[in-house]
Amino acid sequence: MLAYLGKRLVATIPVMAVVAIFVFSMLRLTPGDPASIIAGAAATSQEIVEIRARLGLDRPIIAQFFVWIGNMFSGDFGESFFFKKQVAELIADRIEPTLALALTTMLLSIAIAVPMGVVAAYRQGTWIDRLVMGFSVLGFSVPVFVIGYILIFVFAIELNWLPVQGYQPLAEGFWGFLERLILPSLTLSVIYVALIARITRTSVLEVLGEDYIRTARAKGLTNYAVLMRHALRNAAVPIVTVIGLGIALLIGGVVVTESVFSIPGLGRLTVDAVLARDYPTVQAVILLFSAVYVLLNLAVDILYTFLDPRIRY
Amino acid sequence: MPPRNPLRSLSLLTLFSGAALALTAAPPAVAQTTLRAVMHSDLKIVDPIWTTAYIVRNHGYMVYDTLFATDASGQIKPQMVDNYDLSPDKLTYTMTLRDGLLWHDGKPVTAEDCVASIKRWGAKDATGQKMMSFVKDLQVVDAKTFRIVLNAPTGLVLTALGKPSSAVPFMMPKRVAETNPNEQISDFTGSGPFVFKRDEWKPGDKAVYVKFDKYKPRAEPASGLAGGKVVKVDRVEWKAIADQQTAVNALLAGEIDYIEAPKHDLLPVMRKDANIKLVDWNPLGNQYAFRYNTTAKPFDNVKIREALLYAFNQEDFLQAVIGDKQYYKECKALFVCGTPLASTKGMDGRLESNFKRAQALLKEGGYDGTPIVLMHSTDLDVLTNLAPVAKSLMERAGFKVDMQSMDWQSVVARRAKKDPPTQGGWHAFLTSWVSADILNPVSTAFLNSSCDKALFGWPCDTELEKLRDDFARATDPAQQKAIAEAVQVRFTQYPTHVHLGQWYQPGASRKNVDGYVTAPVPVFWNVTKTGR
Repeated sequence: MLAYLGKRLVATIPVMAVVAIFVFSMLRLTPGDPASIIAGAAATSQEIVEIRARLGLDRPIIAQFFVWIGNMFSGDFGESFFFKKQVAELIADRIEPTLALALTTMLLSIAIAVPMGVVAAYRQGTWIDRLVMGFSVLGFSVPVFVIGYILIFVFAIELNWLPVQGYQPLAEGFWGFLERLILPSLTLSVIYVALIARITRTSVLEVLGEDYIRTARAKGLTNYAVLMRHALRNAAVPIVTVIGLGIALLIGGVVVTESVFSIPGLGRLTVDAVLARDYPTVQAVILLFSAVYVLLNLAVDILYTFLDPRIRY
Repeated sequence: MPPRNPLRSLSLLTLFSGAALALTAAPPAVAQTTLRAVMHSDLKIVDPIWTTAYIVRNHGYMVYDTLFATDASGQIKPQMVDNYDLSPDKLTYTMTLRDGLLWHDGKPVTAEDCVASIKRWGAKDATGQKMMSFVKDLQVVDAKTFRIVLNAPTGLVLTALGKPSSAVPFMMPKRVAETNPNEQISDFTGSGPFVFKRDEWKPGDKAVYVKFDKYKPRAEPASGLAGGKVVKVDRVEWKAIADQQTAVNALLAGEIDYIEAPKHDLLPVMRKDANIKLVDWNPLGNQYAFRYNTTAKPFDNVKIREALLYAFNQEDFLQAVIGDKQYYKECKALFVCGTPLASTKGMDGRLESNFKRAQALLKEGGYDGTPIVLMHSTDLDVLTNLAPVAKSLMERAGFKVDMQSMDWQSVVARRAKKDPPTQGGWHAFLTSWVSADILNPVSTAFLNSSCDKALFGWPCDTELEKLRDDFARATDPAQQKAIAEAVQVRFTQYPTHVHLGQWYQPGASRKNVDGYVTAPVPVFWNVTKTGR
């Protein structure tokens, strides 16, 4: 196992290198010039040239790339062109809201979707099954921002139960933290509930037809024990795969939700940085997202060995 | 023991998650005197001399003070200055600061600080540079007095030092003002009515200002950007809410108190709410402009540029973007209707979509059908619909137009390029100016016709430059008005851009917030907040 882990970790290096080259090149190929944006509307060409030189953007692209990579190896992500802050500091400021949103969304999604999927499989063909599948189709079909606005209208504006927007760090109080996460997490979780419920139903259905389930029932086990101990556990591999990928996608894909609920997370930081052509920030955030993606995939692969003893690395 | 129903267990699990969701707390405690505002943009840079971005200018008015300021009637009034005089030969201004002016660190504001601040601003700002071209010496007389010695009389000193918009000559401590004007400051000590809370500033989230208890306001009532800056709230938070609909929802729910620039489309929603009022804080408004690249064929030809003064009409542009007549006005005056230098001289017959005249000028200018590369900004609501209107009117006049859509930051980057339009350059784009920036020939950046030193578009006309210089030298208002009219007439013969009408941006506020100052810049002194 350790050898496998080592091999997989080494394999992440070329992946990250390709991502680094790709992100760096794409940013330079994208139209837009941070110097012009920083200089403002009334800047002369000379002022823009001066700013470009100060940011090091007048050097050849290859030279810029090696300076960046060199700094990265020494743990320096660089300084944001706009915020005059170290990129690492910016990311540290923004990571908590994104992680909090991603984790609460996933917890909520799992807590709702797995039972829903199991129930739908157990009651296959009944109205419960159709209801769950209907919800699943709806969850896939309605855009996230529409769900967000509807929830805001109902729970924040009409009922005045929850805040419209914003984020409160956990350190400033649990309830303030939680109440600001409820609507965004609900919004984001709709699509994941739809996805996980569907996968759970399919996997459990498949397992429920297996001989060992019939044997378990013949042994006189309760329905609960059959479902939870035998069916769900054996159906867990595809479910865990979807959950793992879901977490990775969530961390990188909360942009719309962060915008609709005005949460100052990594998604918003990425959008702001892209619009402002803040190269150091975009590069660092995309690399971070890639690393998270790679590591989550690795974690899911390792988890398989615990869920299914037949899997060995 | 009866077998457990698996569905019941699962239902309980679901109910438990539901119960967790239902845990809703009361709304966050709101300090009575904390004003929460959503500005037109997030505050990312905090040096108002280094950049001309309007959000940074607004930040400047919170934290810094000015020697002079423009009042509600457009007059320049002393602000930090207590009294000043001009020598009989009109070559020496002597200015004395008010008593009791303090920096946020408690040290007194001195003449040395002001001289250093004028130098830094004068090296960076276009109007400042023009003013400094008349300055022979800046002399510190004593702790509170300094002199501006000129090499020739000019009416520009007070106009420049009291200019309301970017870049505003904000006063900074000497140690800060000695920063290279091309480098950003890192010490945010000001002497304005609010103190910037650097430790609470989170770009992308919020910027926080607290009342400066030791600020000494002028005795006069607030008027425009002049008069007494009396702070009536303890704390102002600028919340960064990128999504306009979310900002409006937050205002409706009472989570924020003010939106500086709500989309015009959303105004009817707010007008219907009993707790919301619309605030016309900037009566001067803004002006749309079509900018040519005068170095690129065919716009190097004045006849072809002039054709657009005939082909365009302002109503079509304003209707397409703003829509509601309450918030726009057709105005042929280059220096903004309702201001001292407003005039329609030279504009007869122009901006009326006279396509026959435009076609004749194209023929006269020898237009060969070169497609005009028109940059179309797609991500700013107040600009998006302008380029399609321009394209349509230009085509009716006989132009071929290659409209290229891109985000605003791409326009900003590309407009700085002098490459041929077919190789990554450009012919034209549309933008908007805050009217306060274009009230006279010197401050109107698009009129700068100093060739390579001019703003993108690089017009090159010695006559316009001479007239702008004459304006800077003029000290008599009547003389200034005559020169401004001459500039406008010359502008019709050598068009540097086309002005496409004025538009107005109301703010939206909770009704329990009052006292907004009417000025070209949103400011937060004099504002009161009662209850929630």
